[in-house]
Amino acid sequence: MTPQIALHRRDFLRAVLAGSGLVLASRVGTSHVWAQSQADPTTWSPDIFLTIDSTGLLTIITHRSEMGTGIRTTLPLVLAEELDALVDRIVLEQAIGDARYGDQNTDGSNSIRGFYKSMRTIGASARNLLERAAAERWKVDPSECSVREHAVHHVASGQSIGFGDLVADAAKLEPAKKKELRYKSPEEWRYVGQPTKIYDLHDMTVGKATFAADVTPAGCVYAVIARSPVLGGRVAKVDDAEALKVPGVTSIQRLPEASAPYAFKALGGVAVIARHTHAAIRGRDALVIEWDNAPAGDNAQYDSDAYRTQLEAAVRAPGKSVRSQGDAAAALKSPTKRLERDYYLPLLAHAPMEPPAAVAITGEDGVELWACTQNPQAVQAAVAEALEIAPEKVICHVTLLGGGFGRKSKPDYCVEAALLSRELKVPVKVVWTREDDLRHDYYHACDAMHLEAGLDAEGNLVGWLGRSACPPIMSTFQAGMESPGMELGMGFTNMPYACENIAIEACDAPPHVRIGWLRSVANVFHAFGVSSFSDELAQLAGRDALEWVTQSVGNPEHRLVKISQFCAEKAGYGQEQPRGQAQGFAVHASFGSYVAVVATVALSKEGKLSFPRVDIAIDCGLAINPDRIRAQMEGSVIFGLSLTLQGAITAKDGAIVQGNFDTYPVQRMSETPAAIHVHILPSDQKSGGVGEPGVPPVAPAVCNAIARITGKRITHLPLTGQDLSWS
Amino acid sequence: MKTIQVNGTALSVEGVDPQTPLLWVLRDHLGLTGTKFGCGRMLCGACTVHVDGSSTRSCLLPIAGLEGKTITTIEGLSPDGDHVVQKAWRDHDVPQCGYCQSGQIMSACSLLAKNPKPSDADIDQAMSGNICRCGTYPRIRAAIHAAAAAREGK
Repeated sequence: MTPQIALHRRDFLRAVLAGSGLVLASRVGTSHVWAQSQADPTTWSPDIFLTIDSTGLLTIITHRSEMGTGIRTTLPLVLAEELDALVDRIVLEQAIGDARYGDQNTDGSNSIRGFYKSMRTIGASARNLLERAAAERWKVDPSECSVREHAVHHVASGQSIGFGDLVADAAKLEPAKKKELRYKSPEEWRYVGQPTKIYDLHDMTVGKATFAADVTPAGCVYAVIARSPVLGGRVAKVDDAEALKVPGVTSIQRLPEASAPYAFKALGGVAVIARHTHAAIRGRDALVIEWDNAPAGDNAQYDSDAYRTQLEAAVRAPGKSVRSQGDAAAALKSPTKRLERDYYLPLLAHAPMEPPAAVAITGEDGVELWACTQNPQAVQAAVAEALEIAPEKVICHVTLLGGGFGRKSKPDYCVEAALLSRELKVPVKVVWTREDDLRHDYYHACDAMHLEAGLDAEGNLVGWLGRSACPPIMSTFQAGMESPGMELGMGFTNMPYACENIAIEACDAPPHVRIGWLRSVANVFHAFGVSSFSDELAQLAGRDALEWVTQSVGNPEHRLVKISQFCAEKAGYGQEQPRGQAQGFAVHASFGSYVAVVATVALSKEGKLSFPRVDIAIDCGLAINPDRIRAQMEGSVIFGLSLTLQGAITAKDGAIVQGNFDTYPVQRMSETPAAIHVHILPSDQKSGGVGEPGVPPVAPAVCNAIARITGKRITHLPLTGQDLSWS
Repeated sequence: MKTIQVNGTALSVEGVDPQTPLLWVLRDHLGLTGTKFGCGRMLCGACTVHVDGSSTRSCLLPIAGLEGKTITTIEGLSPDGDHVVQKAWRDHDVPQCGYCQSGQIMSACSLLAKNPKPSDADIDQAMSGNICRCGTYPRIRAAIHAAAAAREGK
């Protein structure tokens, strides 16, 4: 069946639902502990995030994207908490992209930080209305009423009324002012601070969880696209004769060519349209394309080895000053002890297990999309710009994301689907292969660092110079951006030590690929540089690393110091280790949280690494869903080990060399530490992020342990190919 | 080739190019989307299914050779999703994003069928073809041990 295209927006959904095998992530069955029913028509919506029906069933809108952190579950629970609502009477509905929900860009480890308060307030406001409705019925003062287990109770008389029976009355009341609201006290909490099973747990174990590529509207065709290997290259000539011979291939489409700044634009190229994915892949393989690299400028000569040399040279000369206090140059002239070191980390790819995918139906009245996106409002904006329509004409449904790590904040693949559907007048599913994903990513920047420090006779820091050069994220969005900006605020300008003489400089690194943000962003390389350097400075001072860091932070009550001590204690840091084994320490603050790692590393004389245990401790303030925090810390260790040991994206003649998991390996089960111990520091401070802060200290902790065994400092990553042997 | 045997049912593949890999036949032709695409080159394990009881990557496996063979996907692993391995996965809150978990579970079931009491080293070996970018490996290990213990207890 071919769907009608000139449908009104509301009818899109109906047309799509008529298709075979389609399920919406937001509507399908759930973890069995949660409610299975659908809301009845008699409903009350005290807020756009909350609906309660006359049976008492709560429907809570979850507006952040689920890519593995559990946020789709955790944030609604914060709302449910203030109502003391029961999870078996709650269904969640995934929000479409809509500015009325506030920011939906699920990155920056910001969901709890940005929405904890407002979710509590929505819950508390609804609670207030329900309590007042019950009080009116009982003719008592509302202060005598209280919610418990999905009902309002009057303690003195022992009476209670379920939420459903109060909906009609509560709907007639005026919401109270914010300052009049009552909130639960921590000892009354049912969910906050307790481990709660994620909403999608059951579906994820039975193959029913819905990701973008699982959505197949009726009449859907599949598209696989050949994009220029060089950023900015354009199609000069296409021979599609062989591609069109592949059974199942129906047509070949050209996408509009893109030019810098690339932002979230589709990259252009040639799309092979087919009746199923495999035909589209085979068709794409059969295309013969001649690319014109003239429009790409010097991107066509991009060679990552030469570029590294260029960046390393850049940081050996003064750059643009971004922080200057005291006189670092004078302090570094002749201190008692002096150290300088250069570091380099390569480009990285996100490589989420689910490559980018999007389904679009473009009609005369707008576009409807299903996408694994971290940011449905960015999808609306990017698609609207490409199609020259208003953003409200773009409906973006958010499926589950098979990993994101920042890649899926950038909706270029959604724009591709919308453009192709407009052209073909049928629903289009754009599928990225792994090769597409690794060769056309928004890469995590490579970075060269130069650090200099001086110590006095007591090992105190008297001068610090830091230079960093990385192609900046802003270069993806604006012409002429050629040195780090906001990147420096991620662990470099704000390095944690109290020191009178500090100079921080930004050095040039013109971009040749699209640069994006990857989990923990610039904290990854800056933490590596600063924490590796600190370990070496401690050695120079004749101190233990943790002791030197504590001394240099200059405040024994600092959360960095406290979390370091907490981790050290839990890990048994400082205990005698067998020969060929050592503990390495690193600590880093990012996204409002503080994380320390003690990596216990074993190294054979031949240089073979293993990890008897890794301890990771986090101070994220109030821990909302501790089990998911643990999971994020475990995952951070694995993610951090991937980039420590294996990860590197390189370029030759402007094209990315790596294409799949054989050339871009990531951690596997056999390389995983024998034990990962997660320690959450009990705290009632404002919650910090948890998705990203765990990653940065992993690499330096591991490399500091290696230095203790071998006596050799690791100054660049990954470790693959480096001689770690010792005698 | 007219049918393939999937989850106990003969499903029509009439008109499908016999060189099409099983993964795409399951996903695009039969609507069984629990089996996932991750790499297309048998490197990541997201597409793992059972063929005659053994875990097999489906992304490069043409259906031409599957006549007379029994295929099981995550959807057919158990009637109610209550296979001992699926339960252990939920008890240990293994999934993060969930994408690779169908393949992980299929590999784990196959391991336990051959080796009812695997050691950590056995698990590492059997599961190393399945990548999880979220890093759920420690919980996968724990869940496999728990599933082994639960089976033994029966």
